[in-house]
Amino acid sequence: MAFFQVEKLVKYFGGLAAVNGVSFQVEKGEILGLIGPNGSGKTTTFNMISGYHRPTSGRVVFKGGEIHQLPTHRICKLGIGRTFQVVKPLGRMSVLDNVIAAAYSRAGSPREARGLALETIRFCGMDAVKDQLAKSLPIAGRKRLEIARAMATKPELLLLDETAAGLNPTELLDAIDLIKKIRENGTTIIIIEHIMHVIMTISDRIHAINFGQTIGEGTPQEVAQNKAVIEAYLGTDYA
Amino acid sequence: MKKNLVPLIVLAALAAFPLVVEHNYYLHLMILFLMWVVIGSAWNLIAGYTGQVSFGDAAFFGSGAYAAGLLSHHLQLSAWWGLAIGGFVAVAVGMPFGWICFRMRGAYFALATLALNEVLRHSAAIAEGFTGGMVGILIMPTFVSKVPYYYVALALAAASMISIQWIVHAKPGYYFVSIREDQDAAESLGIDTHYYKMLSLAIAAFWTGVAGSLYMNYMGFIDPDVVFSLHDISIMAILVGIVGGVGTVYGPAVGAFIMVTVQELFRSGFFGLFEYLGRATGSAAVESMAKTITGAHVLGFGILVVVVILVLPNGIVGDWPKIRSAFSRNKIAA
Ligand SMILES: Nc1ncnc2c1ncn2[C@@H]1O[C@H](COP(=O)(O)OP(=O)(O)OP(=O)(O)O)[C@@H](O)[C@H]1O
Ligand SMILES: [Mg+2]
Repeated sequence: MAFFQVEKLVKYFGGLAAVNGVSFQVEKGEILGLIGPNGSGKTTTFNMISGYHRPTSGRVVFKGGEIHQLPTHRICKLGIGRTFQVVKPLGRMSVLDNVIAAAYSRAGSPREARGLALETIRFCGMDAVKDQLAKSLPIAGRKRLEIARAMATKPELLLLDETAAGLNPTELLDAIDLIKKIRENGTTIIIIEHIMHVIMTISDRIHAINFGQTIGEGTPQEVAQNKAVIEAYLGTDYA
Repeated sequence: MKKNLVPLIVLAALAAFPLVVEHNYYLHLMILFLMWVVIGSAWNLIAGYTGQVSFGDAAFFGSGAYAAGLLSHHLQLSAWWGLAIGGFVAVAVGMPFGWICFRMRGAYFALATLALNEVLRHSAAIAEGFTGGMVGILIMPTFVSKVPYYYVALALAAASMISIQWIVHAKPGYYFVSIREDQDAAESLGIDTHYYKMLSLAIAAFWTGVAGSLYMNYMGFIDPDVVFSLHDISIMAILVGIVGGVGTVYGPAVGAFIMVTVQELFRSGFFGLFEYLGRATGSAAVESMAKTITGAHVLGFGILVVVVILVLPNGIVGDWPKIRSAFSRNKIAA
């Protein structure tokens, strides 16, 4: 039994099949990269895993239990955290309060919640901005806050949806460092990323989709040589 | 320590008020003010902190008032029992309603509270056998003096503010504000948004219902148009909330003070100023203008809201730093 798996996931929006029969597994401690061109169904897959969308058909299994019928907050409690591609800061709350709100999912008392939040903020390198309002953060800060908030819910599996998009080269290196630190921490990760050198250096395995369907899976080297993947990204001329 | 000093001084001053001021008229205004502190704090919890704006607070206020009135009307119990159960009756009205509305996002809750307000008003008017219909309910007041009512109102205002302040600084408070800021993000943080919206509504409905029961006891008379009034209760509650400052602990108290004063200004024709002017000038035009202005208090409320939103969008408490710096800048200039 895999630590985490999705089985023949399908999601229709009206007549459009955004995800159409995607299956993959993730082992504990692994980083799985999920790639695919724009609109290929990556975020929709995350939304089904985290309970924002009910799959039209298929299953999501986490630690041996089916979770695709559960509400989002229950899935968080079970140990799956996520970030949003379109960031969702709790704008008129401070960075610290954002993370405290998340920490309450694990903490029994205000003191414990605060402690866990401060620890997470330090881990994510946000000490300097912890008293700023979330809405005042620049994009790099907001992306990082997404990660900090998710980490404060102490996930065993973390879903990262384009947390490196829109960052400058220095910020990008920081982001990669943080993701590596999270993995060393023992957290399993599924990461969606368009920036190829990020996904190639960070992932143990990569799962590629296009038009909602799997087009390849393997180590970064294998996927980089996969004909269907090259076609999907560069067009048929290059394949 | 210093943080708690100002509220304690205000509380002590309020407790001493009836000893210093014996005039019934001012006691009456103060009782209304304290009642509005309760309602405003409750509205602020669900709308200001949780972001679920209620347009129909009178639904809960009226439920509490009728709970007290009907107890004494049908069972010959003291209407004071209403204080104990009025809040729970309002919760019972609010819960099934919230359970349905909170499944949907957007303006549904706001519009549905408005509908609930109107449905209850009509129901209370139609169910004559049970509620006395448009004739209303009259009970014998327990006390002749206003002082006992004043202290009951003060106790309720303090209790509602303290309990709500305690809640917003604890886990539910973080969850309420998270829901207000972004419901999807809140869910991803393990927050059962439906449950916590219901919790916020339950607390708000409870205190609003208690205020309704207090009103029944104090005024001794209610009818559907009074306690289920859209403009005198529901809109007034919104005004108390936004004038003082949405999502601030002391905002509702400041808002209540200002709004009760403004309401009284209009009701009394600016404390008899117009009547005096009319008599002094002997002019019919002044007199009729005075009548129009007195009757136009809803318009006055509307103008006040526009001014507050334009000048102090976060209310008086929320924009206090702005107000202070405006004044100190003047001082330096002078
Ligand atoms: N809530 C929705 N309702 C209708 N259609 C949707 C919805 N969410 C996504 N879609 C559609 O489903 C398809 C897949 O979208 P999705 O967001 O999963 O793509 P993605 O792989 O994350 O793309 P990107 O790289 O641009 O983020 C797109 O055609 C999108 O327009
Ligand atoms: Mg996406």
